[in-house]
Amino acid sequence: MLLALLVLSLVAAVLAGPVVARAAGRWAARRSAARRGAPLSADLTYDPGRERRAEHRARELLRSCVNDEEWAMYRDLGFIRVPGRHLPDGRRGSGVGRPPYAYLVYPHKPIVAYVPQTGRLLSEYCVEFPDLSGDGRSRLPASDDVLAKWMALTSDEARVIGQANMHLVGRQLDPQRVRRDLWRLSEWERRRGDSRSAQARSA
Amino acid sequence: MKPGHGEILLTEGDPRLREDEERLVEEFCRQLESGMWAAVPTEHPGSGRREATMVHAYAEIPPEAERVIFFPRAAGG
Repeated sequence: MLLALLVLSLVAAVLAGPVVARAAGRWAARRSAARRGAPLSADLTYDPGRERRAEHRARELLRSCVNDEEWAMYRDLGFIRVPGRHLPDGRRGSGVGRPPYAYLVYPHKPIVAYVPQTGRLLSEYCVEFPDLSGDGRSRLPASDDVLAKWMALTSDEARVIGQANMHLVGRQLDPQRVRRDLWRLSEWERRRGDSRSAQARSA
Repeated sequence: MKPGHGEILLTEGDPRLREDEERLVEEFCRQLESGMWAAVPTEHPGSGRREATMVHAYAEIPPEAERVIFFPRAAGG
């Protein structure tokens, strides 16, 4: 029994070693920075409460900017669909009706272009909104990232797509996952349509 | 929008008042000079469709706009 306890405590000590070493390293760096009077780096001043509050504000801001359907889509599915506006002849579409192509906007992931009629994936656009004032290590809250992409796409699609690095789908995003998201979106729209019809019938 | 912080109110005022407008213009220019993009969320009255309008100068802000959102400019990721 005693031997088993000793072995168990040895295993626990070995497993906890890396965690303790990392914590000790962070503590030493913090203490060293404090001694030098140097400001703490963003990594060392990470505050989960602040991040959570920032994300909460970002969600409220996003909700106030997009329409009800887009907000519900983001809340339920975790992404927003933005219709593409450029028509094949180079003109800009009105955005009403089924667009020839659309984008899926994920937080902190590439924008995916696809064909809504067929579900064919076209390309992924890697774009980010880097911190220009700070050290470049902090990033927008997830919902702000989505809002920034939404604003950039709906206001100046050509510019944001021109700034992005374009790749075939699969470089950063798993095509199977994107197809599954398209299926989830179609199911979500079907259920939403069903519930709206039911509401209209009961009214 | 500020990385690591989210939404921050930079300044507010009534653009019809000269003193307020000067402050709004000053802040607008300061944000654009620091490399931010500025956009105004809009809604089409008929369809209810929402989108954003990018503004590159204070004069381009629609008179009915209630807010201008500044966000870091896009870069290839």
